[in-house]
Amino acid sequence: MSLKYACAIAGVAESRLGVVPDSTVMTLQAEAMVKALAEAGLEKKDVDAVFSSGNWGRLPQLQVAEYLGINPVYSDNTSVGGASFEFHLGHAAAAIQAGLCKVAIILYGSTQRSRRERRIFEAHSDLGYQYETPYGLPIPVGAYALAASRHMAQYGTTSQQLAELAVSTRAWASLNPSAYRREKLTVDEVLDSQMIASPLHRLDCCLVTDGGGCVVVVSPELAKSLPKPPVWLLGQGESHSHAQISEMPDLTITPAAESGKRAFAMAGIKHSDLDVVEIYDSFTITVILTLESLGFCAPGEGGEFVSSNRTAPGGEFPLNTNGGGLSYCHPGQYGIFLLIESVRQLRGECGDRQVNNATLALASGTGGVLSSNSTCILGLE
Amino acid sequence: MAEELPDPDSSPYWEGINIEELRYQQCNHCNISIFYPRSICPNCGKPDPIWQTSKGKGTIYACSVIHRAPPAYKEDTPYVVALVDLAEGFRMMSRIIDCDTNSVKVGQEVDVVYRKDNTGNRIPYFTLHNS
Repeated sequence: MSLKYACAIAGVAESRLGVVPDSTVMTLQAEAMVKALAEAGLEKKDVDAVFSSGNWGRLPQLQVAEYLGINPVYSDNTSVGGASFEFHLGHAAAAIQAGLCKVAIILYGSTQRSRRERRIFEAHSDLGYQYETPYGLPIPVGAYALAASRHMAQYGTTSQQLAELAVSTRAWASLNPSAYRREKLTVDEVLDSQMIASPLHRLDCCLVTDGGGCVVVVSPELAKSLPKPPVWLLGQGESHSHAQISEMPDLTITPAAESGKRAFAMAGIKHSDLDVVEIYDSFTITVILTLESLGFCAPGEGGEFVSSNRTAPGGEFPLNTNGGGLSYCHPGQYGIFLLIESVRQLRGECGDRQVNNATLALASGTGGVLSSNSTCILGLE
Repeated sequence: MAEELPDPDSSPYWEGINIEELRYQQCNHCNISIFYPRSICPNCGKPDPIWQTSKGKGTIYACSVIHRAPPAYKEDTPYVVALVDLAEGFRMMSRIIDCDTNSVKVGQEVDVVYRKDNTGNRIPYFTLHNS
C-alpha cells in the first residue's frame, strides 16, 4: 500500500518567530493556523483532524484543540521529538486515504526562548535514563557530540567540514527576511566559537527561539478545488531506533536509513531527481549523518559532501534554503518548518532564496538524540 | 539517583555496583549481552535474561569533553563522557576520569573504577588502561 498522492498540502504558515515575548504556545499555534487556513481557502469549521506535538502541557493535544475550538474526528499526538511533523504528514495521508478525515491541520508552537519553557529535554533520571543521568551528559548537545566524535574517529570528518555547513546555511538565512541570524558567518568564527561539548562548538548548534507553524493537509479531491497549487505527498517513511544515545546501535547511521529507503521507493524517484532538500539541522553533525543515511553520499563522505559551499546559495545541492534550525529559527521541535519551506519552494514563493524550477523536494526530520526520523518527498504533480 | 530507584529491573545492577561488581545480562536463548537491564531480551523477546558479571575492561566507542554542563554538574567541567564497549559485548555510558581530558580518544582501552558521585551514590567510571 502506498501513500503516493493520498493527500496534498493546501496551506502553510509560520507564526511570528524569533523572540515573541507577548505570546503563549497557544497564541502562536492559533496565529499559524489562522494564516495557514486562510492561504488554503478553508475555514476552521472545515478542519476534522488535528495533529500536534509538544510537551508544554499536561495533555497538549487536548489543550490546543480546546483552545482553538476544534472537535476532531481524527486525532494524533505522535510526539517523537523534532521529526514529529513528518510523521504526522504520513499519518494524515493514511487517515485521509482511509476516508477517516478530509482536512487535517498539523500544529506546533513554542515560547521556549521568551518563557524559558525548555522542558523538551528536562532531565529524566528514571527507567533507562538512570544509567546515563549520573554522568552529566548535556542533552541533546552531548549526545550529538558523541556521534560527531565517532564519525570523526571512524571517517576522518573534521570540525572545518562541520563549520562549512553552518556557513552555507547562514548564507541561505541571509536571503530570508524571516531568519533570526542573517549576518555573514565565516568558518573561523564557527571554529572560534565557544566549545560546548567537543567536538561541537556553539555555532555548530541550532538557535533557541520562539515560534510556531501550521500545515493544512487535504484530500486529493479537495486539493484540486483550492486556491494554492496542491503540493502532493509522493513518498513517506518513518522509523525510530532508540530513545537514549547509549542505545543507538551505530552512532554513524540514523533511522533515516530506513525511512529514506521507504520514502524513495514509494515516490519512485532517484536522489538526483530532487531539486531542493530540507534536512533537520539541530546540529551540523545531524545533517552530515542524515545525508549519508538517506543515501545522498556513501557512509563517511558527508563531510566532503557539504564542503566547498556545495550546499550554499548557487551551489549544486540547495540544502536548508530557509537558513535552517542553525540560522532561521529553532523553537525546540523544528520539523514543521522543513515542510513549510519545502512547500514554498515548490510553489515558487521564496523570493531571493528561490531555487529555480523546483518541482521535487525532500523534507527529512530527525528527533530526540538521532532517535527518530521521518522523510517526506513532496512534488507539484 | 532519584528516590524511586533502584527499581525492580535495576536492583541487581545497583546492588552489584555497591560491592564493586559490574553486572550485565545475557539472554538464555539467543545469548546476546544485554545492557541496560530488562525483563525481556530486546533481540529475541524471550523473558528472564540471566545476570553476569563483567571484568570491567572495555574500549572507548565515542567520547566528548563537556564544557557546558547541566546545572548539577557545572563544577565538574571540563569532564569526559564516553560510551564504552565492554569486552563482554555490551555498551554503556560513563565518564573517563583521572586523566588529561584532551588526551582521551576513541579506541582507547579503559578499566572500570568505582567512585561516589556528587550525590553520594557509588557509580562506575572508567580510567585509561595502564594510566
